[in-house]
Amino acid sequence: MGMKTFDQLDETLHYDELPNGLKVYVLEKKGFNKTYATFTTHYGSVDNHFKPLGKDENVKVPDGIAHFLEHKLFEKEHGDVFQDFSKQGASANAFTTFNRTAYLFSTTGDVKKNLTTLIDFVQEPYFTEKTVEKEKGIIGQEIRMYDDNPDWRVYFGLIENMYHHHPVKIDIAGTEKSIAKITKDDLYECYETFYHPSNMILFIVGPVDAEDILNFVKDNQSQKTFKEKEHIERFFDEEPKTVAKTKKVIEMTVQTPKCYMGYKEATPNRQGKDLMKHELSVNLLLEMMFGKSSPNYESLYEEGLIDQTFSFDYTEENGFGFSMLGGDTGSPDEFVERISGMVEAFKQQSIDEDSFERARKKKIGAFLRSLNSPEFIANQFTRYAFNEMDLFDVIPVFESLTVRDVKEVLQNHFKKEAMTVCQVQKKKS
Amino acid sequence: MGIVNHKKTNLHGMTVHTIETKKYKTTSFILQVKEPINEKNVTKRALLAYVLQSGTKDFPSSKELRSALDDLYGATLNADLSKKGENQVISIRMEVANEKFLSNSEHVLDKAFHLLSQVLLAPALEGDVFKEGIVKKEKRSLKQQIESIYDDKMRYANKRLLEEMYDSEPYRLNVYGNGDEVDSISSKELFDYYQEVIKNDKIDLYVIGDISTDEMVDKVSKHFRFSKDRKEDEANAVNAADEKRISEVKEIFEEQDVQQGKLHMGYRTYTTYADDDYFALQVFNGIFGGFSHSKLFMNVREKESLAYYAASRFESHKGAVFVMSGIETANYEKAVKIIKEQHEEMKKGNITESEFEQTKAMINNQVLETIDHPIGLSEVLYHNVVAGTDRSIEEWMEGIKKVTKDDVVAVAKKVTLDTIFFLKGAGTNGNENV
Repeated sequence: MGMKTFDQLDETLHYDELPNGLKVYVLEKKGFNKTYATFTTHYGSVDNHFKPLGKDENVKVPDGIAHFLEHKLFEKEHGDVFQDFSKQGASANAFTTFNRTAYLFSTTGDVKKNLTTLIDFVQEPYFTEKTVEKEKGIIGQEIRMYDDNPDWRVYFGLIENMYHHHPVKIDIAGTEKSIAKITKDDLYECYETFYHPSNMILFIVGPVDAEDILNFVKDNQSQKTFKEKEHIERFFDEEPKTVAKTKKVIEMTVQTPKCYMGYKEATPNRQGKDLMKHELSVNLLLEMMFGKSSPNYESLYEEGLIDQTFSFDYTEENGFGFSMLGGDTGSPDEFVERISGMVEAFKQQSIDEDSFERARKKKIGAFLRSLNSPEFIANQFTRYAFNEMDLFDVIPVFESLTVRDVKEVLQNHFKKEAMTVCQVQKKKS
Repeated sequence: MGIVNHKKTNLHGMTVHTIETKKYKTTSFILQVKEPINEKNVTKRALLAYVLQSGTKDFPSSKELRSALDDLYGATLNADLSKKGENQVISIRMEVANEKFLSNSEHVLDKAFHLLSQVLLAPALEGDVFKEGIVKKEKRSLKQQIESIYDDKMRYANKRLLEEMYDSEPYRLNVYGNGDEVDSISSKELFDYYQEVIKNDKIDLYVIGDISTDEMVDKVSKHFRFSKDRKEDEANAVNAADEKRISEVKEIFEEQDVQQGKLHMGYRTYTTYADDDYFALQVFNGIFGGFSHSKLFMNVREKESLAYYAASRFESHKGAVFVMSGIETANYEKAVKIIKEQHEEMKKGNITESEFEQTKAMINNQVLETIDHPIGLSEVLYHNVVAGTDRSIEEWMEGIKKVTKDDVVAVAKKVTLDTIFFLKGAGTNGNENV
């Protein structure tokens, strides 16, 4: 068992790695009513080509299977686990991303009882042909709901443009066609491979006694047996540095067009502190170039090319990374021309120390604000931990950044040839 | 002291609510400015909210104002609109980092207070009216925002339901106003309206964080100066008993090129926040469609696999319950039938012990979770202002606890379906061209 104190933040994190490889973290939050817990596997939509645990041959599984598995894990022989949580005064949920699947609950009632339910339901799969078939209708409607959502379409369209092979370009939920092929055996195979405790993190945040919770989890795990932990082999095809497509237009029944543009990261293979430094540098630079207090934002807003929906972000995980900027715009082509022109112009200017400091302050403030949220802490901590980073390093890393770091990413990341555009345009009738 | 240490102080016709807590790493300010929603001012008021957050006397452009906020360790400032019953509320929210967590501790709190007061009371002017440049930009942005409702089909269907269901009541109005009225608003007209707002609207300020009430009240008196003739309008709560009686359910269909049909149903409940059976209505909604153990979720989704989402929510101050579900267009009849049946079941008292107890536990959980967040907490407390009540969070929770199954059945019998709006899909949305 261990403990790390972050004096500046007034937080103490307790942790332990159990004999079966499960990592458990507890953050005490005094004064809060709610306890929030996430149980997350390092397995998401991109993990579709791998060597199943204990087998010799690699398999490729249908698109959308990680998300399908997430839905089906809630169903047990006795019924739906959602109901068990709500009987115990907790609300449960789950989500699947490119490389994580998280199961979670929040409660203001009995933490241990709900924690037991969470751990046990995730560790005791129950899949049948019948329940698998039933879910296809529900997920089919979920897919259609996203198909009708222009924000989702433009976001995914952009990622699709960037990648030739990497499975990040595949929609997380798959398609109605791809999920039709999923069987209960496929689900078990994925489950056995990726839900081993050594591939998972349990995070609990709330008004709890950390020692007590850690011992409680340890006790739960010591009563179960697991296979020996093994290294998971995942396979990805070689991904070129270039984008797969430079532009795509999707026609939908909208009144205001949407436009997103992105830059594909050429070397998305950083881990640990390098990754954190890189991610924060790109985000700081984006803030300097296009934040609300920047001259560029002011011009774009004045010219009517952006509105309140304009946003930007950089994200990188093992194997893929990209920045994206966009929102609603009356003139999508002009939007692209102006933004890419601004990026090129920024490369020619010298970086202004004041705006660098201002952006840094803004970012630190935003991070402090997000620490009010137990959800943010648990989810982000887990994401960082899977990439060998520590969430509580964010402020010191921000403080260590220099203008030189920002200059470097400006030259290396924002390359013209790494740019791509996706637009949602009004459907011509 | 209860769950929340909430103190109220009246100052210059503004109510200051202070909540002292060490839970957060930030201090939050929430200004709520309320007026009955009405045809004449609805669009102006929406525009006003955005103009106010775009500049002050000292920082007369968005860029300057945003730079000042960034310098305050990324303080956030945003103005937003909401409809609470038949009121259109402007919320101006600001959040600043608690100085104690900053490496080089600075006096951000005082500066933040000043800035917030300036946003409300000292806007950026040109001559005697709002700066033309700001008004022009915000008009364009507002128009785009109104248009974008159409692009989000769930929001669009919801908006259409309200227009049909409340066709002769103020509640039909969209909180962002009417797109075709935006252009004709002049800076002068907007400024005249602004002066009315400052003079007459009910204004509440919530300050939440590691603060002291005395200090806050002191700062408010220093920074917030209203004119002497300020006189707040009386509260206008909806009288639930006067709500329209339904003789026939209205059924409205519209067709668009969407992949999934959006089914929205509106019910009148004849109960609002101030009423004694409000708690029973909460429990009714929870059992009907408020949670994942609810009748709608279990029957429409889990049993029949008709939908991914099937839920109900309710509006406390208008006293309405809204059902929404995304379904295959061909399944319309079937889904509506199942939804109506669930309501009938509740009227007959077919509510299991576990549905009933789970729902009460979940509502309790929900309110406790909501007040963990500063904005959630301010919203829970602000209900009292809108309804003209004075309920503590403890009383609220006690109210839920006391609800009996008979109370829920009685409410179920009052709840009446008014309008069904169905956005039918033609099914080829989103073709891709390269």
